Amino acid sequence: MAIFREKEYLRVHVDKEPDESLWMKCKSCGELVFKRRVRDNSNICPECGEYFFLTATERIEMLVDEGSFVDITKPIASDDPLGFVDRRPYVARIDEAQAKTGLVDAIVVGAATIDGTPAVLAVMDFRFIGGSMGSVVGEQICHGIESAIERRHPFILVASSGGARLQEGLFSLLQMAKTVSVRGRLAEAGLPFVSIMTYPTSGGVQASIASLGDVIIAERGAMIGFAGRRVIKDTIAQELPEHFQTDAFAFEHGAIDRVVAREEMRAELAKLLGFFVGVR
Amino acid sequence: MSDERTLDLLEAKIEELRQLDAADGIDLSGEIERLEKKLEALRQELYTNLSDWERVKIARHPKRPYALDYIDEMLDGFYELHGDRMDCDDQALVTGMARFDGRTIVVIGQQKGRSTEENKKRFFGMSRPQGYRKARRAIEFAGRFGFPIVTLIDTPGAYPGLEAEEANIGAAIAENLLALSRVPVPTVAVVIGEGGSGGALALGLADRVLMLENAIYSVITPEGAAAILWKDKSKIGDAAEALNLTAPHLLDLGLIDAVIPEPLGGAHKAFQKTAADLAAALKQELASLADIDVDALCEARYDRYRNVGRYRELPPDA
Repeated sequence: MAIFREKEYLRVHVDKEPDESLWMKCKSCGELVFKRRVRDNSNICPECGEYFFLTATERIEMLVDEGSFVDITKPIASDDPLGFVDRRPYVARIDEAQAKTGLVDAIVVGAATIDGTPAVLAVMDFRFIGGSMGSVVGEQICHGIESAIERRHPFILVASSGGARLQEGLFSLLQMAKTVSVRGRLAEAGLPFVSIMTYPTSGGVQASIASLGDVIIAERGAMIGFAGRRVIKDTIAQELPEHFQTDAFAFEHGAIDRVVAREEMRAELAKLLGFFVGVR
Repeated sequence: MSDERTLDLLEAKIEELRQLDAADGIDLSGEIERLEKKLEALRQELYTNLSDWERVKIARHPKRPYALDYIDEMLDGFYELHGDRMDCDDQALVTGMARFDGRTIVVIGQQKGRSTEENKKRFFGMSRPQGYRKARRAIEFAGRFGFPIVTLIDTPGAYPGLEAEEANIGAAIAENLLALSRVPVPTVAVVIGEGGSGGALALGLADRVLMLENAIYSVITPEGAAAILWKDKSKIGDAAEALNLTAPHLLDLGLIDAVIPEPLGGAHKAFQKTAADLAAALKQELASLADIDVDALCEARYDRYRNVGRYRELPPDA
């Protein structure tokens, strides 16, 4: 009897799927990898080197001096200005994204030091409706720039966005005009703006604030561009090269200053900001 | 708008009768009057209470007047400026100086082609980076000489293609926005047809934003929204409705300043009247903007865009 019981006990374990909370499958190489190992490796697949999405919080942890980050995200939330309903109501999508990410919207703003140099950062989170820019994201970016001006610190935007948030219609489109207008004030104040483009930086975010960095750095593996493959195929049915809108493509055509590996980004920023210390 | 054909047929019939009436000396005036009344009633029925999707179709109507039609009709002595000084002259976007109401202005318009031949050079009004860079030249030019800027927006969107991406169309749009946000002259943007997404906004940051009644202005086409959000290409009507892309909706939302009425059926039904109404509105806006000190003007423009967007405040400890 005792042996039988033990067998039954074992069988239950053998049939069970791997614990989803501990393991993940790399979409690039298909290997099952231990999540903690991935996290300890800057969210890079330890098997094949593929970058996984970083949450805004993980991104911030990777970039700033430990314990230096102060969250100054403005306490505002989306108001669904159009009462938008597609297959589902926009408010339901917002609720779900909030529950999934623990964020109020697709961006976190804060002040921190990077290797001792203070800066204001606005970091987008792709998990929140594709990192799309609606009224809240636009306002937070402006708030970040204004905080930088107030503190006389450099401003860093880490973009990870599919573009404008469609569910807020023209309100979203106009966030491009809004963020660009405020960016002009940062220039007047003589403060540097470092734009970091990650996978993906596209549509209305690429065609506004993200492309106006004094220095633009792409994270290795970034996707950078305005109109995506599908739009181009649907509109003019053009064949596109394999490296279309990759970091290499953007670099080759002069859209960015540098391409930097994720694990090198913090050191890169420290070095870059160092040039501006004591300016004005 | 399959019913538009019925109206056109009826219109042609009336014209035929009129010619008969004149040629043969037979009195058909009673019949003509009867048909004209019927035409008017049909027109009212068809064009009042247009759905948003029907307005999209009017905005894209092949007979819709384009930027150069308004430029020729409203402005004097249009003197076109060409080229981005780097690569080429993108003819999906036209710009130049003209005289208007006693002033020199700079006009920048997106220009669709009316024939296949013309669209080969106009790219259906879809500007490439070279077009936006020509526009930026014009914006800076206007700023240098204090010429007010009028933009005429009519594009399905910025040109989506490999060469456009290689030349960084996103940055070209961003730089136009930056230039328009800072140019020290009065600026008026008018959406005359299709205000397609970032490609339209690139000319849309202005002190006053006007729309013709049947123009549309949207973050995405109804077709694009239907495909992405509804995952169903047949939902374009629902998408058009949900996007609030018509002039009356956008006026209600406070995102534009005024709507220029169009004749029933659209601007092409009575172009000269539409152009005259638009010219009158432009005169009024430019005259009132001319009275504002340029620093105050730029400050007001900054405030307008700094404050655009709707969100709600959360309790501080949320």
